[in-house]
Amino acid sequence: MTDAQWEVLSYEGVIAAAVLYFIAMLAYFFEMASLRSAAKEEQQEQEVAVGAEMVLVATRRTAVAGRLGLVLTSFAAVVHLVALVARGLAADPNRVPWGNMYEFTISGTFVVALIFVLSTLRLDIEWLGPLVTTFVVAALMAAFLGLDDAVLPLPDALNSPWLVIHVVSAVISTGAFTVGALLSGLYLAKARSTSTTGYLARVPDLKVLDRLSYKMHAFGFPVWTFAVLITGPIWAHQAWGAYWNWDPKEVWAFITWVVYAAYLHARATAGWRGRNAAMLALVGAATLWFNFIGINFFSSSSQHSYAEGVAPETSVVVGLAGPVKAAEEVGVVVGSDDARA
Amino acid sequence: MTDLRTDLQHRPSDDRQATALPPDLTARELARWSWRQLTSMRTALVLLLLLALASIPGSVIPQENIDSLAVSQWRDNHPRLAPVWDRLDLFNVYGSVWFSAIYILLMISLVGCIIPRLFVYARAARARPPRAPRHLTRLPESTSYTTAEDPEVVLARAATALRGKRFRVDAADDSVAAERGHLREAGNLLFHLAVIVVLVGVAVGSLFGYKGGVIMLNGEDYGFSNNLTQYDDFAPGALFDPDVMEPFSFSITDFEVEWLTEGERAGMAREFVAELAYETEPGGETKSYDLRVNHPLSIGGTDVFLIGHGYAPVITIRDGDGEVAYSGPSVFLPTNAQTFESFGVIKAPDASPEQIGLEGTFYPTFAMGRDAEGNLTMPASVFGDAFDPLVSLFVYTGDLGLDDGTPASVYVLDKAKATQVVEDDGQPFRMDLRPGDTVTLPDDLGTVSFDGLQRWNKIQVSRSPGKMVALAGVVLALLGLLGSLFVRPRRMWVRARRQDDGTTLVEVARLDRSSAGDPEDGAAEIAEVVAALQGETPETKTRKTEEDES
Ligand code: HEM
Repeated sequence: MTDAQWEVLSYEGVIAAAVLYFIAMLAYFFEMASLRSAAKEEQQEQEVAVGAEMVLVATRRTAVAGRLGLVLTSFAAVVHLVALVARGLAADPNRVPWGNMYEFTISGTFVVALIFVLSTLRLDIEWLGPLVTTFVVAALMAAFLGLDDAVLPLPDALNSPWLVIHVVSAVISTGAFTVGALLSGLYLAKARSTSTTGYLARVPDLKVLDRLSYKMHAFGFPVWTFAVLITGPIWAHQAWGAYWNWDPKEVWAFITWVVYAAYLHARATAGWRGRNAAMLALVGAATLWFNFIGINFFSSSSQHSYAEGVAPETSVVVGLAGPVKAAEEVGVVVGSDDARA
Repeated sequence: MTDLRTDLQHRPSDDRQATALPPDLTARELARWSWRQLTSMRTALVLLLLLALASIPGSVIPQENIDSLAVSQWRDNHPRLAPVWDRLDLFNVYGSVWFSAIYILLMISLVGCIIPRLFVYARAARARPPRAPRHLTRLPESTSYTTAEDPEVVLARAATALRGKRFRVDAADDSVAAERGHLREAGNLLFHLAVIVVLVGVAVGSLFGYKGGVIMLNGEDYGFSNNLTQYDDFAPGALFDPDVMEPFSFSITDFEVEWLTEGERAGMAREFVAELAYETEPGGETKSYDLRVNHPLSIGGTDVFLIGHGYAPVITIRDGDGEVAYSGPSVFLPTNAQTFESFGVIKAPDASPEQIGLEGTFYPTFAMGRDAEGNLTMPASVFGDAFDPLVSLFVYTGDLGLDDGTPASVYVLDKAKATQVVEDDGQPFRMDLRPGDTVTLPDDLGTVSFDGLQRWNKIQVSRSPGKMVALAGVVLALLGLLGSLFVRPRRMWVRARRQDDGTTLVEVARLDRSSAGDPEDGAAEIAEVVAALQGETPETKTRKTEEDES
């Protein structure tokens, strides 16, 4: 296959995956809706004995919808993976599919879906399906509409084995933190809700949400530490000549790390649970996503100011603390010191 | 009983809590109290969150040591705010007093917190598991059953079973106490200690290290040797000692760029290789190294990086007397990363009758831009490689400001006292030169020729002594963190007592001391222990009997 064909295949794969996630989402919504009516009927049942049979039918239908949702999500994830691989094969030379924001988003959403599907094997977490599929569908649409970019070879600075290690770990921890944030958000919503029917009533009780959210964060934090404080600096050292440069991307990766450290700390030492911990987790997720998206679009500061003539993609390459800048620096080269010299 | 309960929940790390200030303090008590506040958990948490908050301004406001050019632009645009920002150290956030204060306080707090915990841990590591609380079944995770077996038999079996599950076991009269998961606290201590190691490594690097940059023309004629005078820019640490600079030297013998010629980013450079000929010490053997992005050259503790490149047109200026007033390559700085359109100046202060200064643009691949109607617009470079190089220069004469002794940038022409050379019609005089061209300046000022093209590389040299310490620190921190997060410390107790009716009441309880104990896991572990006690599975039964016989 030619590169162009791979590229088309990748786009088709992403679309197919998005459609599958969407159908999965519908299945989950259907499940939620029929749960609500089942719950209502259950209430009526006390008065009218006839309801019992309908409840039974409804629960079976519900269970099928729920299982269908999970199967479709898993299947979508497989297609999603194929699309990712095709994206990498579309580049010449072949490379990892992490050259720009579009590629990052489709990789990050894949990890979110994957973490969800894998978690269902070990944890009772299927009820998170509606949220996860909604999130993934929305993020994929945003990637498609807003972030699409051509398949380009990696600039020299990104061409390093550290790219693979650094990015894999960053994307995995981003996925875990994102699922954690969904759980924390769910916690806060459920804590406020008094409804006895509907989705919020169906998700497990607050204690379980709190603990699951903690587990996601406890998993994500060491991986993030590895990505941001070990592989990032090693790579930055190789490409830029300094392992830590206080570049806005690095600053925000550090802020995210400190906030999540505070989150774990608060839980372990101050005994924060539930609401406070959930809020802190959401602050962490906000810094994480701000770094991923916000910094690329809003940061006018220092590092990129001299790269005005450069196509915007170059400053957007790779939503990471990684040495993106080096690519530009090599082009534009000379910093301020020379101008003063 | 409240005592017992707090003791059960107690972790070695829980000692330090912020307390209210007691009345009537002596100075000593006040000091003690302040120390306790500083090393309390709450303070640590507040300081952590403050550190995150304090990092934000530095990502928004340009920073002096990262991009001083942006800082000076910012100052020009905000003349009113700049002094205020200066007073608040906002152009140097990460070296500011207030930022340092936060992390130094955090470190003091950390040390003050860690040292006592180390002692507590040392004691706890040797301690026996705490005795069974009186009311075992009041613990959230507990169960009980009755059996006809003797209490001693049950307890002996409990001890074996718990040992088999790698618990540390201590038997008392009517009960067995067991504990495991000490590694969690060890991991947590390791993590916090390692944070200090990282900081020491980083501090050593920034105090004793240095970072310098130099623009080097390609060719064996241009050499660099590693001493202060050779750098264009140099940023030493506060305690930097020039004696530690490794005495290496190098020149760039060849430089190659691979350009993208097709696709959306055509014209971008993709790969750069600078071939270095270097000697690690004067008179040493000359070696060669292909310096590339991501492939620094390490010499001793110093690393040499390729971080940029550009063009240096070779220009010769002859003055009005026909004397060569200037000849050689001049470094032009790229203003566009993609097309390598570059800006530069050339100064000939010794020209007579008047000093001559040239300023202009270099286009590696020259083309005139065209607007929608096809009219010619601004000239531009369309490609980074030098397919059709052209340098376009304006001329200034008079006082170039070089004689009054104030340092001047070689990249900036001081036009304050110079006059621009103009055509008869008053338009600025401009010359466009291709390699080999010579242009005669008006007013018998002389001639300018474009003899050829040279390339230059921006080389960065840096030495950060503590980097391996810092790296080891983070790796240790990560290991400690894994222990701290995933080892689950827990205690279990089994009590067996003969009841009045002759049967034996067996109580089993468990206490999870980690942050994420699952009730399901706890129930499962209790169930396993109970199963072992009741000898449910055939294997355990036979194993038990064998043990009994032996
Ligand atoms: C650089 C600053 C610090 C960072 C990044 C940090 C980070 C962390 C993290 C991520 C945890 C969670 C590990 C877990 O859940 O087991 C933790 C736990 C803990 N930290 Fe810190 N910490 C810092 C400073 C401090 C200070 C100053 C103190 C003492 C006042 C302290 C005392 C503790 C204690 C007691 C625990 C819990 C241990 C346990 O769960 O048994 N930390 N810290």
